[in-house]
Amino acid sequence: MDYILEGFREALKLLISFDKEVYDIITLSLFVSTTATIIASLICIPLGIHLGLKEFKGKRAFSRILYTSMSVPSVIVGLVVAIALSRRGPLGGLNLLYTPKAMIIAQTLLVTPLILGLTYSLSKNRGKEIEKVGTSLGAGRGDIIVLTIKELKLDLLVNVVTAFSRAISEVGAVMIVGGNIKNRTRVITTTISMMNSMGDYPMAIALGLVLLLMSFVINSLIYTYSGED
Amino acid sequence: MKRFLALSISILLLFTILVGCKADSGQDVGEPEEEVVEESTEPAEEETAEDEVGGRIILSTTTSTQDSGLLDYILPVFEEKYGIEVDVVAVGTGKALQMGRDGDADILLVHAKESEEEFVAEGYGKARFDVMYNDFILVGPKDDPLKLKEKFPKDILGGLKTIAENEFTFVSRGDDSGTHKKELSIWKEAQIEPAGDWYLEAGSGMGDVLKITDEKQGYTISDRATYLNMRDELDLDIIIEGDENLFNQYGIIPINPEAFDDDVKGRINEEGAQIFLDWILSDEAQELIGEYGVEEFGMPLFVPNAK
Repeated sequence: MDYILEGFREALKLLISFDKEVYDIITLSLFVSTTATIIASLICIPLGIHLGLKEFKGKRAFSRILYTSMSVPSVIVGLVVAIALSRRGPLGGLNLLYTPKAMIIAQTLLVTPLILGLTYSLSKNRGKEIEKVGTSLGAGRGDIIVLTIKELKLDLLVNVVTAFSRAISEVGAVMIVGGNIKNRTRVITTTISMMNSMGDYPMAIALGLVLLLMSFVINSLIYTYSGED
Repeated sequence: MKRFLALSISILLLFTILVGCKADSGQDVGEPEEEVVEESTEPAEEETAEDEVGGRIILSTTTSTQDSGLLDYILPVFEEKYGIEVDVVAVGTGKALQMGRDGDADILLVHAKESEEEFVAEGYGKARFDVMYNDFILVGPKDDPLKLKEKFPKDILGGLKTIAENEFTFVSRGDDSGTHKKELSIWKEAQIEPAGDWYLEAGSGMGDVLKITDEKQGYTISDRATYLNMRDELDLDIIIEGDENLFNQYGIIPINPEAFDDDVKGRINEEGAQIFLDWILSDEAQELIGEYGVEEFGMPLFVPNAK
C-alpha cells in the first residue's frame, strides 16, 4: 500500500516543482487535442447545421449512420491513419507517421463525426424556428447558418467541449500514430499507459491528476456559463 | 414490433455479458492489468485457495517471450500435462518485477540479471534459475547508410560509436524493459551517453519500436525472435550480430510468499509456481524451447541452458 501513497507524494512533487518533462507532455496534449478540435469544429459546425436544416432524400438513414459513427473506437481511427501514413501506405510520401501532425490528423478524424453528429442533431431539433425567422427576414443560406450558430452558440460550445474531452482522454489513436516517443509525441494518456507498464507510478499519478483537473475545470466553466444563461 | 425489438436487444445484451464472462477466464492478453487487479481483490481468496489449489498461476514475463510466440508453443504442453492454467501477463521487465513486489504474480520469467538478483536479495523471490538465452541484434536500413555491416559485422561497440558520431537515427525502447536495460548497458560499455535529436526513446514494446525504426529508417537493437517474426513487414536487415555483448540470459524466479502480509500471501499460488518451475527446468521443456523456431525460421530463437 505504501507505494500508492509514495506515488501521490512524488506526483505532487513533480507538479509543484514544474518538472519540465511533465509540463512538456501536458502542453503537447493540449496542443494536439485543441488543434484537432478546432479543425473539426470549423468544418463540422457549419456543415452540421446545414445538413440538419436541409431536407434531403435518405436523411433518416444518414442520421443513423452519422450517430453510429459518433462512437467509432479510437484504435480503429488510429489504425486507419497509421495504415494510410505508413511509408508503404498511400500517403507514405508525406513522412508523417510518428509525428504530432499525425496525432492531430487522427484526433481530428476521431472527433469529426462527434461534432458533426451533435451539431446535426442540435440544428435538426432547434434550427427550424431560427430558419423560419431568418427566411421571413429575407436571409440567404449562408446568413441562416451564421444566425443559427449565433443563436445556438452555447449549445455548440458544449458540443465542442465534449469533443475536446474525447480527444484529450483517448489513448488508442495517439498511441498508434504517435508511437509515444519521448520529447516528441508523448502525451498524457500514452505516458500514463507506458508508466504503468514500467511499474513507475508517480508520473502516471501526476498526469492522471492533471487530466482529471482539466476535465473538472472545463466542465465547471461550462456549467457556470450555462447556469447564468 | 417494439416489444420484439426490445426483447431481441435484451437477449443480445445478455449474450454479450455471458460471452464476456467466459472470455475473462481465458488468456485475455489485451487487458492484462485489469484482469490481475480483479483477481487479487475479492474472489481469489475464497476460490483459488480452496477449490483449485494449483489450478491457475500468473506468469509475469517480458513482452519478448510473448511476442516471439515461444509461450504459445510451450505452455499448452504444460497446461495439458498438469491441468494448471498459466495466465501470462506480458509487460516490461521493470513492471514484471514490480508485479512481483506487489504480490500480483506467482512466478516471473525475465531477463535483467542484475535486477533479478537484487529482487531475490530483497526477499521477494525464492531463488533465480537460468532457463535459456537468446541474443540481440542490431538492425537497420537494408542499404545500411553507415556501412556498419562491412566495418563492424561482429562488433556492436564499434557500430554504436559510429552511429553516435554520425548522429544517425537510433530508436531506443525507452521503457525500462530488459531489452532497454541491455541496450543501455551496451552504450555504457561503449562509453557513450546517448542523447540528442537522433536518439529516439519510444517507450514502447519491441514490435512497435521495430515499426518506428522502419518508418524512420534508423537503427535499433532488437531481440532476434521479435525481428524474425516481423521481418517480412520490415525494410530492415540484421546489421550486427554474434557479439558477446549481445547475449541475453533469461531467468525464472518463483515468488516468495513469506515476503508479504497474510492476506496477500494467501493469494500466491506457491505450489503451482513450484510445479511450473520444475517443469521448465526439466529436459522435456528445455527440448521444446530448443526446437522452437527451427521449423519456421531455420534457426532456434532461444537456446536452453538450465543447469
